Amino acid sequence: MAVQRPTAYLNARLVDPDSGYDGPGALIVAEGVIADVAHRPQFDGLSADVQVVDCDGAALVPGLIDIRVKTGEPGAEPKETLKSASRAAAAGGVTSIVIQPDTDPAVDEPAVLDFILRRARDIELVHVHAAGAATRGLKGVNMAELGLMAEAGALYFTDVDHAIADSKVFRRVLSYARAFGRPIAHRPADPYLTIGAVATEGELAGRLGLPSAPDVAERIMLERDLALAQLTASRLIVDQITTAGALESLDRARAQGVDVVATASINHLSFNEVDIGDYRTFCRLDPPLRAEADRQALIEALASGLVQVVTSAHTPAPPEDKRLPFAEAAAGAVGLETLLPALLTLHHESRCPLIDLIRAVTLAPAELLGLPAGRLRRGAPADLALCDLDAPVVVDAEKLLSKSKNSPFDGRRLQGRVLATVVDGRTVYRADIP
Amino acid sequence: MIDTPDIEGLVAKRMFALSGRHFISVASLNRPEAERLLDLADAFVSLSRAREKKLTLLRGRTLVNLFFESSTRTQSSFEIAAKRLGADTVNMSPRTSSVTKGETLIDTAVTLNAMKPDLLVVRHSASGAAALLSQKVGCSVINAGDGWHEHPTQALLDALTLRRAFGSVEGLVVAICGDVLHSRVARSNVGLLQLLGARVRLVGPPTLMPTGADQWGAEVFHDMRAGIAGVDVVMMLRLQLERMDGAFVPSTREYFRFFGLDAEKLSLAKPHVRVMHPGPMNRGVEIESGVADNLDVSLIQQQVEMGVAARMAVLASLAAQLDEPTLSNRGG
Repeated sequence: MAVQRPTAYLNARLVDPDSGYDGPGALIVAEGVIADVAHRPQFDGLSADVQVVDCDGAALVPGLIDIRVKTGEPGAEPKETLKSASRAAAAGGVTSIVIQPDTDPAVDEPAVLDFILRRARDIELVHVHAAGAATRGLKGVNMAELGLMAEAGALYFTDVDHAIADSKVFRRVLSYARAFGRPIAHRPADPYLTIGAVATEGELAGRLGLPSAPDVAERIMLERDLALAQLTASRLIVDQITTAGALESLDRARAQGVDVVATASINHLSFNEVDIGDYRTFCRLDPPLRAEADRQALIEALASGLVQVVTSAHTPAPPEDKRLPFAEAAAGAVGLETLLPALLTLHHESRCPLIDLIRAVTLAPAELLGLPAGRLRRGAPADLALCDLDAPVVVDAEKLLSKSKNSPFDGRRLQGRVLATVVDGRTVYRADIP
Repeated sequence: MIDTPDIEGLVAKRMFALSGRHFISVASLNRPEAERLLDLADAFVSLSRAREKKLTLLRGRTLVNLFFESSTRTQSSFEIAAKRLGADTVNMSPRTSSVTKGETLIDTAVTLNAMKPDLLVVRHSASGAAALLSQKVGCSVINAGDGWHEHPTQALLDALTLRRAFGSVEGLVVAICGDVLHSRVARSNVGLLQLLGARVRLVGPPTLMPTGADQWGAEVFHDMRAGIAGVDVVMMLRLQLERMDGAFVPSTREYFRFFGLDAEKLSLAKPHVRVMHPGPMNRGVEIESGVADNLDVSLIQQQVEMGVAARMAVLASLAAQLDEPTLSNRGG
């Protein structure tokens, strides 16, 4: 790599959850790391070889860390490749992504993990990490090679959208992974209550004639997961909590000292079940969209710190999987490019402090997974997102860089946009602003 | 006896019964539209009973019956309705053609659309399928049943049957009984009958009642005797055995004991009570033959007859929409 001149970012609004600072600031990047941080807009006596970027009041935040990203590589490259996902991430201010193991073949042994990390290394856009499967073939029966995958770099283990129904298997996975210092992520959904369901049970789903499952399906499974996390003294990641009832369970468990971190997807923070009213398949998600009261409870839980991490739950699905009747369409939405603008919109709409929202996509996931990024601290990787907090944008799915365009934000007005993205000191994305 | 020119005249006056290009859901109707459709359908009943049944309103038009789920009754009803209006009809059952080769619903529709049909009647097992199709094709789409969601022409024919039997739907108390959860007929009827001023009750075991049905404006009963006490009309639903992927009810005999319609339960309704069923019936499961075949109370045969007239009304109204650009050209 060519030797880079040091770069000074001046006149910025620094938002750094690590130091708790949100205010005027400046920052110097050299040799891929943050060399200096100032809580004033300028540095005195910059040497002449320093390249200067005038941020003109725009916000400089740590690059986002998105711990739940699916691509189609290997196995379903027309949906999304590691390269297209990396480009989408860069355009969204996301500088680290954690690839989900439900590829084809699944990441349930170190060779597939190696393949993904090796492929990603050559792209040189954003940091690509990977999670491993908790059970072989994501089938919930036999434990996958957790130790070997941990050694190969797996940050955590998950069967993604597949519930591990067998409590004995789940218990063993939790306790075994603990020996390697890796958490287990599990999406709580009672597998029997949710068979065939594509919506949240209620008046709307009933009227639309859609197969639905009651929201307690989430709380039922979560209670089991929390009890087993407590029993095994293991760290649990609650993948995509969505209901008010489950949040109450989470709150109780946290109070009892259970080692648990909950994530929320940006979709469940931004949409509610009414958005499926005209059978819009871009809003067909798994877990399904919930009632507005659940969405409000989720926002509140994020503001209070009960929910610590926000993800894009990036799930590319091409038209052939989405242009189908609602119940037959694939679940999921792309989200890498809209994550930050949607979070900023949430800040404008909910009075949730900006620094708390930024923490949920930077410092919190970094601490959860032991990554050095996610902070504006001297010596940390120079992973940065420069954004205009107030610019209005209308999302046009066709313009997204993901290979799949299934964004529920298509046509939505958001407030906030990414101006530039920096990874290890290199600018990997710059918005062309007319 | 009414002769053809009179019907044409009546039809011309009632033509613009629908404001949209498609007929997907009863939710899109307002009361005057629904009443006009029923008036028009009434006129078509007379026509259908006459010796000469053919009109030319849809001459030159092509109607495609696209049935992803098999149906004898509804498909032939649409076909006869279209032919009486002079349209050419094509029946397609894609289950046996390229859909099994991986072609999607949309691909099939776009392919058909390229052949320039004017009216596309679609039945599909997924809720929302008709609405989805209507966004992708240039012709008028008529929903002949989408999953559990709606079957609007069935509701229209039921309303027509009731209006002719009672003079008006306004003020009638109608109990819709049985498998409401999986029933598109129930959802369309709840909407349309309430629009026309009826009071609707929903009767069935809790496992076959959608969550939130009590918020549809209807009263919900889990005890059939209480549910049909004092009603004017009992509308039975088919217990859709083919849709039961779990044990919603313990057995058919237990179901019949508590939710099947027999003469004894029926005696709790008003003396002039009439019984309806969208067909096909599971005799001895949801209705006993003695009730179904009792011509003093059963409207089941009339429903089938009214089906053709109601569908003629929908087709004629939509075809009038197709003509609209021509009319406005003439005006300019």
